[in-house]
Amino acid sequence: MTATLRALFGTPLNAVLTLVMLGLFWLAIPPFVEWAFAHATWDGLSRKACAPDGACWAFVRARFALFIYGRYPLEERWRVDVVLVTLAVLALGALFAPRGRGWCLGLLMTVLPIGGAVLLTGGVFGLAPVATGDWGGLMLNVVITFIAVLISLPIGVALAFGRQSELPVVRWFSITFIEVWRGSPLLAVLFMGLIMLPMFLPNGVTVDNLVRAVVVLSLFESAYMAETIRGGLQGIPKGQTEAALALGMHKGIAQALVVLPQAMRLAIPGIINIVVDLFKDTTLVSIVGLFDLMGVINQSLKDPNWLGLAMEGYTFAVVLFFFACLLISLAGQTLERRFGSASRNPRR
Amino acid sequence: MSPLDQPTATLPAGAAMRPAPAGRPGGPWLRTRRARATLWQALAVVAMIALLLWLAGNARENMAARNISFGFDFLGNVAGFDIPFHILPWSNTDTYAYALLVCLVNTLLCAAMSIVLASALGLLIALMRLSGNPLAAATARAVMEIVRNTPQLVQIFFIYIAVLQALPPPRASLAFGAGVFLNVRGLLLPAPTIDGRMALLGGLALFLAIAGWFGRQPGRITGVILGPVLIVAWAVAAGLSATWELPALKGFNFVGGLRIPPELLALWLGLSIYTAAFISEIIRAAILAIQHGQTEASLSLGLSRGQTMYLVVLPQALRILIPPLTSQYLNIIKSTTLGAAIAYPDILQIFGRTVLNQSGRALEVMVLLLGVFLSVNLLTSALMNRWNRKLMLQGR
Repeated sequence: MTATLRALFGTPLNAVLTLVMLGLFWLAIPPFVEWAFAHATWDGLSRKACAPDGACWAFVRARFALFIYGRYPLEERWRVDVVLVTLAVLALGALFAPRGRGWCLGLLMTVLPIGGAVLLTGGVFGLAPVATGDWGGLMLNVVITFIAVLISLPIGVALAFGRQSELPVVRWFSITFIEVWRGSPLLAVLFMGLIMLPMFLPNGVTVDNLVRAVVVLSLFESAYMAETIRGGLQGIPKGQTEAALALGMHKGIAQALVVLPQAMRLAIPGIINIVVDLFKDTTLVSIVGLFDLMGVINQSLKDPNWLGLAMEGYTFAVVLFFFACLLISLAGQTLERRFGSASRNPRR
Repeated sequence: MSPLDQPTATLPAGAAMRPAPAGRPGGPWLRTRRARATLWQALAVVAMIALLLWLAGNARENMAARNISFGFDFLGNVAGFDIPFHILPWSNTDTYAYALLVCLVNTLLCAAMSIVLASALGLLIALMRLSGNPLAAATARAVMEIVRNTPQLVQIFFIYIAVLQALPPPRASLAFGAGVFLNVRGLLLPAPTIDGRMALLGGLALFLAIAGWFGRQPGRITGVILGPVLIVAWAVAAGLSATWELPALKGFNFVGGLRIPPELLALWLGLSIYTAAFISEIIRAAILAIQHGQTEASLSLGLSRGQTMYLVVLPQALRILIPPLTSQYLNIIKSTTLGAAIAYPDILQIFGRTVLNQSGRALEVMVLLLGVFLSVNLLTSALMNRWNRKLMLQGR
């Protein structure tokens, strides 16, 4: 107790700081609690049902399904649930399963994307087709993030090796690719993908809006992946390659089986950061006409029944994104503990 | 001898000229790594050129079908639209080329304002976390985690729509005294009028600041802190000597003073707060990275506390600080494009939207846009890399 007191009031400067902080808390916390909880309205069919001085959570409750699924048809939403639950189960399995973690990871990277795409788009096996324009809400953020990570990781690995290649053409291509994408703002290249892609494709060929956004995001993130993985590659001592070559391995095999696995372990924290950034950046697709969580919230705020509830809508988005990012970070930390460079797994 | 010159196997020189053993495709010249490397690269170049030609052919066909040609001559045409916020003078009879400059200045203004505020806030959060006061440290940590783990766009929308758009109209403005008002049309500040001599001094201070930054010596921080000190000193002097014009409510709106429109305010605050969370971690890491032993060693050599900070700790912290800080600043420049989401007239909003819709010159507009951002970013990072080398550990 005295230690805490000393930490808070030990020196005059500290005491002043503590008092200032307490003052700020007093100014900020009671009004917030009053607004968010004490005076909040949880039920209602329109804005009129809500107390004027409290949060109108009835709005978020009424729109909750829209925020999660977007305009995905009501009777088909089980398909989204199946995909998301499978994703969660496989991810948990890949992280925590006592055995078969590799299997979970393999399924996560092969079966889930293909099966998920089939299930979500429909049109086969008697499933009603659902246009990608109807995908939306948080589910769209998750789907885009997942696919973009899946595509950008291998491209990133290739670019990271390409950047270190002895072949000048490959090296310069990789460097140019990486630097151009890293030097461009994401929103500008998303615009570009939207407007320019049709121009560069043969007449009559159209590409789905969602596919365009995913392609642009994947290429964009692959440049960042490449730099992180290059950092990992540079952290592996040259002796590893030399030893592998001395054992008679082919150069490419040595890189793939000896250097890359170690480099990826080193790169895990950086990759997790990129995934979190990517997840946050998926909100930008709302500006190029897709209805992700941000997009549906912006759209819902224009509903005449629920006008003027921006604070509630965006607070909900902040909370949802915060916990989602926290989840990714926690998964990343677990991944790092299990497979990372500092792992001391006694079972190995 | 470069590795490329070596034959694949460890054969004596000239061995590559021997006939290829059975089972190996290709002539003897393919046995050298150099030859194979050249072949692969030639193939890659051919493939890349073919791809580019295909894309260009498609583009030409599509443009011909829509009866548009490629060229930058449209930049000389009269723009005819309004730019709602501009620093440089603008009228709708000016050209597209000038519009590019006007909105580039808007972009750079917001970037510069954000870099200053983000650095200051980042330093504040870092100091709070390092203060040893558990209350301050925990608060700083909580703020940082929330900001870092929510999308920048959500924060900007939050500030713009939920906070700034919900403000009262001009007649019911929030008054902060000293001529500062906040309402739905933006933040009103007293406008200073600075005389010529003071402006000249300001230019000199800015020049010295830049010269000090680029002329800084490894292991010394004089050049680095000279700039901010000079500029702050100038700002104080200019503020004291300037005549201030206060904004005043006339009818339904304010007249006079300096108005920061809500779009700029939201983008500025959004970019600054988001980046500050990352900068605070960078600063904290840099300060913590300087081992306590350095301070102790310096003190035991008889240096004073001030000298220790100035000559030992800060120069080393700066060396760790600058590369990640640079990439944060570059992020700010790139993120100003988020202004397009709230219609701040930045380069993406005006060029990527208005000009593109009006002129239909998609290709040219995109080339210009990416050209501007790439050159700003590559230039900044090249300069930072070049001057960062001076600060790096010698002998590595």
